[in-house]
Amino acid sequence: MTQHDDPMLRFDKVSKRYGQHTVLDRLDFEVARNEKVAIIGPSGSGKTTLLRLLMTLESVDAGVIYVEGEPLTHMPQGERLIPASRQHLSRVRAKIGMVFQHFNLFPHMSALDNCTEAPRTVLGLSKAEASARATELLQMVGLGDKLEHYPGQLSGGQKQRVAIARALAMRPRIMLFDEVTSALDPELVGEVLKVIRQLGEEHDLTMLMVTHEMGFAREFADRVCFFDGGKMAEQGTPQEIFGAPRQERTRQFLSAVLETRS
Amino acid sequence: MFAEILELLPELLRGTLMTVELTLCAAVVAITAALIAAVSKMYGPRPLRWLAIAYIEVFRGTSALVQLFWLFFVLPYFGVTLEPFAVGVVALGLNIGAYGAEVIRGSILSIDKGQWEAATALNLGRMQTLRRIILPQAFVAMIPPWGNLFIELLKGTALVSMITLGDLAFKAQQLNQNTLRTLQIFSLVLIIYLCLSLLITVLMRTLEHRVARGLLRGRAG
Amino acid sequence: MQLEWDWNYTLDILPVLGQASLLTLKATLLGFALAATLGLVFALLRMSRLAPVRWSATSLVEFIRSTPLLIQIFFLYYVMPEFGLTLDAMTAGILALGLHYACYCAEVYRAGLDNIPKGQWEAAIALNLSPYITFRDIIIPQAIPPLVPALGNYLVALFKETPLLSAIAVLELMQTAKILASESFQYTEPITLVGLYFLFFSLIAAALTRQLEAWLNTRHGGAR
Repeated sequence: MTQHDDPMLRFDKVSKRYGQHTVLDRLDFEVARNEKVAIIGPSGSGKTTLLRLLMTLESVDAGVIYVEGEPLTHMPQGERLIPASRQHLSRVRAKIGMVFQHFNLFPHMSALDNCTEAPRTVLGLSKAEASARATELLQMVGLGDKLEHYPGQLSGGQKQRVAIARALAMRPRIMLFDEVTSALDPELVGEVLKVIRQLGEEHDLTMLMVTHEMGFAREFADRVCFFDGGKMAEQGTPQEIFGAPRQERTRQFLSAVLETRS
Repeated sequence: MFAEILELLPELLRGTLMTVELTLCAAVVAITAALIAAVSKMYGPRPLRWLAIAYIEVFRGTSALVQLFWLFFVLPYFGVTLEPFAVGVVALGLNIGAYGAEVIRGSILSIDKGQWEAATALNLGRMQTLRRIILPQAFVAMIPPWGNLFIELLKGTALVSMITLGDLAFKAQQLNQNTLRTLQIFSLVLIIYLCLSLLITVLMRTLEHRVARGLLRGRAG
Repeated sequence: MQLEWDWNYTLDILPVLGQASLLTLKATLLGFALAATLGLVFALLRMSRLAPVRWSATSLVEFIRSTPLLIQIFFLYYVMPEFGLTLDAMTAGILALGLHYACYCAEVYRAGLDNIPKGQWEAAIALNLSPYITFRDIIIPQAIPPLVPALGNYLVALFKETPLLSAIAVLELMQTAKILASESFQYTEPITLVGLYFLFFSLIAAALTRQLEAWLNTRHGGAR
């Protein structure tokens, strides 16, 4: 029922409010299959909310999000769209994985168990299958020797790599990265970015990342979107956004960020 | 003095056994009731939630002794007659369970929201998340307050002497009437209760250390 | 055997229970006044510079908290006369309640005193205030208000334990209800009424405590 020419993701006039404050204002936004999109912007611009809506951690106030042409938080009933059932949510969610700023690893489980828990309980994999899959992924992120380590025994960069492996173990089509290097010590940022870069090269994944790493966004992303005040103020290729931004706000933001970073 | 104590001891130890049995059985009832009430209050459908709130408020809002008497004297009028031991277990268990429900709820709420979000992102269901991710972590935070509740429970068992159950407090009153060695009897009884309380404290500490050691490695996750 | 509620009987016994409830309230208030005062004393003794004082206070508090109130009531009522101190039932009951809950209050005070930042003590020393003045004017006024809700909870807890006084035949609410019930063989009404009485006051107290907490949060929340 999904048509191949549908975009991977489509936001159709999506709004999100917290009380009086509008965080996303009738956003229209599309992401193509396997596209790597970097989302930048000042804090409070709605960029993290965008990811959280996709992951169904927050509910949409107005508008509809489509994943491969299928509504995410709603489902069709006859002509109309009604709020999605739990089964529907679970089915759409299965296509999406997310990595958080603060890792959110399960502290009472080893790195391996963190990566096998959901494949076993949600996908119904056997212990052996789940372990094999998790081991392979942990090796891929360079943690093959840390399988039995608990999160508390790992550095921030290692934790974040476990979190990436944990999300990948569910075989998502779309990966969301929410400021995944913001909570890391500067010297640990590189190892996480390296894993993400490798992912982009070796796997068919649609990737959305909210990031403050402008250098990484520039080299890695197919497209950069600048968010400001709940709207997408400007978007384009990295060359366009970083080389010749059209909007004054974008220019201000970039010069402020690059100044503090240098 | 020693001879007197030795004379009193067998009867008091018999009462102690009853007190320990009551405490253990009521603890099982309390944990079960608390878990069901806490989860119902937090995640149950509306009628179940109301029922859980009513249970928690009524049992926390009235006296343990009133609850005990109510189950003992009034329940038979509804056609339910329980053995005194069963009345003691149910009344004390439900009483402590109501407090325990709030302890469980508090420790579940104390778990970082990010854990729920990570579980949602991995497509785990609500009950799966609760069972596999949240409760194991909340468990450590729960142990010290449950230790206090078990001591309250132990102390509460003294009330069953008032529905003619032969526990330690009952034996004390009985011996007091028969032998009039008031000072020895009540001092001994206080010491026995103290030892039982200390035992609970030690056991809960051990449990806490054991569990915390498993989790400590993952504290900063 | 009757299954339903007898309203006539209920109306008959209400005035009697109402009278008895006054005694319950009296025991509660006097008991708590004792608990709140003695609790502060215990808490201060536990902070004493003299190790034996500290140690004895801690042991006493732990001992009383670890043993049943009922046995403590018996102890005061039956054992004290052997030491030449004969108490009437009501007095023994109030003393036992007060002593028992003083130990819980002591913990509350201790937590409150621990919460006062060290800088407050240091500032007081820098201003050359005596320890007594420091306590009276600086520490206690800061420490007590945030503790009021916790103390309120123990007031309610003490209130709910007054039925234990029926064990030494104090004619408080529970004892009166039991006597009424055994005279008429109608247990449902008196015991249920006693339960409702406690529920009523507990719910009111809980609501008041919540209000108080909210008020304290707005008043003291950002002070430190």
